[in-house]
Amino acid sequence: MMDMIKNMTARPLPKDTGIFLVLIGVAIIFEILGWLTQGQTFIFNAQRLFIIILQMAIIGIMAIGVTQIIIMAGIDLSGGSIIGIAGLVAASLAQTSDNVNAVYPAFTDLPVIIPVLAGLGVAMGLGWFNGAVIAITRIPPFIATLAMLVIARGLSRWYTSGKQVSFFVDDFGFFGSGATPIWIFLGVAVLSHILLTRTTYGRRTYAIGSNEQAARMAGINVGRHKMLVYALAGLLYGIAAIIQTSRAETAQSGTGLMWELDAIAAVVIGGTSLMGGVGRITGTIIGVLILGIITSGFTFLGIGVYFINIVKGIIIVAAVVADQYRHRSKRKA
Amino acid sequence: MLFGVAALFEILGWLLIGQSFLFNVKRLPIIILQVSIIGIIAVGVTQVIITSGIDLSSGSVAAMSAMVAASFAQASGGFLMYFDGIADLPVIIPVAMGIIVGCGAGWLNGAITAYTGVPPFIPTLGMLVAARGVAVLYNDGRPIIGLTDSYKFLGSGIVPVIIFIGVALIFHILLTRTVYGRRTYAIGSNEEAARISGININAHKVLVYTIAGGLAGLAGVVMSARATMAQSGMGFMYELDAIAAAVIGGTSLFGGRGRISGTVIGVLILGVITSGFTFLRVDFYYQEIAKGFIILAAVIADQYRHKRTSGGGA
Amino acid sequence: MAGDIILTTKGLTKHYGGVHALEDADFEIRSGEHVAIVGDNGAGKSTFVRQITGVEQPTAGEIFFDGKTRHFANPLDARKVGIETVFQNLALADDLDVPANIFLGREEVYFNLGPFSFMNEKKMLAMAEEGLKRTAIKIPNLHNTIGNMSGGQRQCVAISRTVTFASKLIIMDEPTAALGVQETTQVENIIRTLKKQGIPLILISHNLRQVLNLVDKIIVFRRGRIVGALDAKKTDGNEIVSLITGLDTGVHENASYI
Repeated sequence: MMDMIKNMTARPLPKDTGIFLVLIGVAIIFEILGWLTQGQTFIFNAQRLFIIILQMAIIGIMAIGVTQIIIMAGIDLSGGSIIGIAGLVAASLAQTSDNVNAVYPAFTDLPVIIPVLAGLGVAMGLGWFNGAVIAITRIPPFIATLAMLVIARGLSRWYTSGKQVSFFVDDFGFFGSGATPIWIFLGVAVLSHILLTRTTYGRRTYAIGSNEQAARMAGINVGRHKMLVYALAGLLYGIAAIIQTSRAETAQSGTGLMWELDAIAAVVIGGTSLMGGVGRITGTIIGVLILGIITSGFTFLGIGVYFINIVKGIIIVAAVVADQYRHRSKRKA
Repeated sequence: MLFGVAALFEILGWLLIGQSFLFNVKRLPIIILQVSIIGIIAVGVTQVIITSGIDLSSGSVAAMSAMVAASFAQASGGFLMYFDGIADLPVIIPVAMGIIVGCGAGWLNGAITAYTGVPPFIPTLGMLVAARGVAVLYNDGRPIIGLTDSYKFLGSGIVPVIIFIGVALIFHILLTRTVYGRRTYAIGSNEEAARISGININAHKVLVYTIAGGLAGLAGVVMSARATMAQSGMGFMYELDAIAAAVIGGTSLFGGRGRISGTVIGVLILGVITSGFTFLRVDFYYQEIAKGFIILAAVIADQYRHKRTSGGGA
Repeated sequence: MAGDIILTTKGLTKHYGGVHALEDADFEIRSGEHVAIVGDNGAGKSTFVRQITGVEQPTAGEIFFDGKTRHFANPLDARKVGIETVFQNLALADDLDVPANIFLGREEVYFNLGPFSFMNEKKMLAMAEEGLKRTAIKIPNLHNTIGNMSGGQRQCVAISRTVTFASKLIIMDEPTAALGVQETTQVENIIRTLKKQGIPLILISHNLRQVLNLVDKIIVFRRGRIVGALDAKKTDGNEIVSLITGLDTGVHENASYI
């Protein structure tokens, strides 16, 4: 018996244990609050759980891209804006011919692969541009992507002069229907997890985030790798844009406003360090779920939706401050 | 640079529209008036950037301050009173409230940045979200209207320009002649050296961020006075214009370098460009895209300046 | 003991603008030989190393390595032909473990998929263990991240990185400068192990006691030039110091060098 306990304690706990306990704790708090204030369960409601996960799938896909950037000691503030323009571009090529106000009347009823590729292409291109500017000019990533936040939002206003785009071919509806977004999210998560833990891509991403100079001296082409990581994040924003457009059955220039903050919040809650070199996809998934429960819990408890933004701001800062202290105590040791 | 941009638009004006762009008694004051609010914010942001910090929250803080200030500036007899029974207060109270709220937000930015050591863009990004949230929450998303005449006076005529010039002058003197300025530059130039020479880095950073917050609050007051109302969406993305103005004006994001006079010119350049676009009837949507590229270009230019002056690096 | 010439430089020169950091350096090292480079700060030691490791490109002069003329465009070029360097600032990624650091930039993969190649962790671990065994380095848990290790252990990892790749020449730039007494002894023992295995080494050091104990030949730099090549067994601290300082009367017990 003692041996068994010893064995159990000797085995190191999985790295995401702490944050997983936070997830459980947050869920329990809302469960208790639910019974106290509304007299009903919060968590054990299959429909609500499904909606939480569905809502978070899109932010989750973004956050997986952002995780890889932050592991590389970068940051990307342009995700929401890129989703805006990518969604519009995809939507404009996904319209049916019975729509008299089609953006491109000559290009309607196209096979669904064309709007999808166009949306992904635009998003990936803008992501690559972020990476290229950061790699070549070496300006701080938050400035480069802040400029992209403005540029991409401007592009989406310009693209249809602010008009929204709707009436899509039936096939386009697939990406946002039912549980499809969740499956795509899981697929993206598993693939990215494998890339980060098993391939040279992952090793280089961690190495650059940990010590860029060392990575360069070890012969890693740091600039090219940065472009690749930012471009891949762009691709993930594109996927999120297509799911969002398909689900909302419309695209407009304001879509994705400030979503990058949700994504960054999920990533830092999930234990990825802004100092770079540390982070996991599994942590981000838990971070996304925590954020989803908090958002949904606030609505459930009838707390004003405005309040959520304030809490989000506080959560981001608190998570980063906590990370800073972890980092400091590690360095001192 | 300012002259170059102005001359460019002047030439384009004659070529495309057949009239003068600059030498127009109506246009010039409007440009200066438009940039005054951004300018007040930019004076604060410049000081933060000189300490090699950054403040992304100015626009949101201005909106939050505007809401609070306006709630104390309502005239009696209005039908959407924020505080029942509080009306027709002397103008100093709402102004002070706006500035205090701004200072509070700035203080929080500074305290988190200084005492936890997180990169400054994070707490100010959090403040960007949180302050906007407070602005919306403050009156459930509704605007605050019916302001007193003495409050509205602050935004009328050339009063905003005078406030802007006054603020710019005061902080120019503070930065160039006082210990405050010397320390601000010292921290941005070499934080470790400043620490060793006995400067209380953390306290000074908190002070600089607080001042920047207070100026954002003042900008919020002027903004709401000029609009004769306050609403939660005000000042959206103003922080970007302010940062752009500072960087265009030669303030380095690496810290230690920058002047208020440069920022004033940077603000004017931005104003000339915005107004020039409108004048040339360039689509509004292009202006935003162009603004993004202007910020990018200014920062990249700063990067190359920095590389050159710091000896190219081995 | 000394075998074929492995590395030669002829007239190696480096100017930074008007500063002549390195002038006309003729240098050679034979296989199995351990050579130390000594000199005052700014004497040209590090500049010399930067030229032969591809960190910088010389203004003039030639480098012959392993029988061929070489032009290294970057450190990777030098590494490809078998010149491994332990840099003064270590160049380790703190958040990665030992094998990951040893193989950084040249991971063993199952099959090549460009940047998305799957890594063969087992093989890397085995090779890392082998490299550590050859240098008699003991590190308790190879899966610890480098950031959690002592300065000595980090230096050992940096050195074992060079040995793992069975290189033809190892260069160490001040490998013990930041280490305590015990850790310095550890690194010195590794250097002796390398000597036994016949791996040639260029050692840059300020520590003359260390240099006299460890190497075969001592090259002295002063003001960008090579001013002396001494046999370590036939010289002493005084002679070296006088060459370093350029004073014939450098016979005082100059504490900073001895």
